[in-house]
Amino acid sequence: MPTGKRTLLSLAGIGIASGFLSALFGVGGGIVVVPLLVLLLGFDARAATATSLAVILITALAGATSFSLLEHVDWDAAALVGLPALAGSVAGVQLQRLVTSRELTLLFAAFLVAVAVVLVLE
Amino acid sequence: MSGTTIALALVLGFGAGVLSGLFGVGGGVLFVPTLALVVGLGQLDAQATSLAAMIPVVAFGAWQQHRAGNVRWREGIAVGIASIVGVTGGAVLATSLDEQLLRYLFAGFLLLVAAQLVWSTRRP
Repeated sequence: MPTGKRTLLSLAGIGIASGFLSALFGVGGGIVVVPLLVLLLGFDARAATATSLAVILITALAGATSFSLLEHVDWDAAALVGLPALAGSVAGVQLQRLVTSRELTLLFAAFLVAVAVVLVLE
Repeated sequence: MSGTTIALALVLGFGAGVLSGLFGVGGGVLFVPTLALVVGLGQLDAQATSLAAMIPVVAFGAWQQHRAGNVRWREGIAVGIASIVGVTGGAVLATSLDEQLLRYLFAGFLLLVAAQLVWSTRRP
């Protein structure tokens, strides 16, 4: 297959897969966009992470619009968690320069497992 | 929404932002549980609202990465536009599933994210 065509197919495939996952679970889709940009298109990690934010912005806008038309978006609640999260993410990125460690990441993974268990039991 | 719920949602929203910045995961994995368990939205509404809630965080992050010269816009916009097709399919599926099943699937997705985080800590 010619390179141009392969690139186009990769871009389309990454987009469709991440958009599907995003709308199905209410997440950004970075978990598939970042590794696929690296594996299929040879992005370095920094460009992949940065570019995934541009992708997710479009995906989230499309998802929020679609679900809003279906009357599933609570905009007050979105502002209630989304706006403080903006401040939090700035703090988090600063914090990352100081304290990333293997143990902390494993602790966070354990926390996500606990959240999953609570969601299932609730 | 009671005052306590609002205060708790604000704190957890901030916390979700900190954790997403710290671990490089999207806000969604934390917004959805907050909206479902604390604000009391149903699973589908929590997921839909999570997509709206992440817009300011992601817009700011994209702008910062753009200023740092790290974003490859041509590819980003191409993947983003293709994602709209996927969003349509995902939205159709999400709205057609039983909410309890959707919650179980979301919990399974959280386990995958946790596994991916554990994998990322492996020593080279």
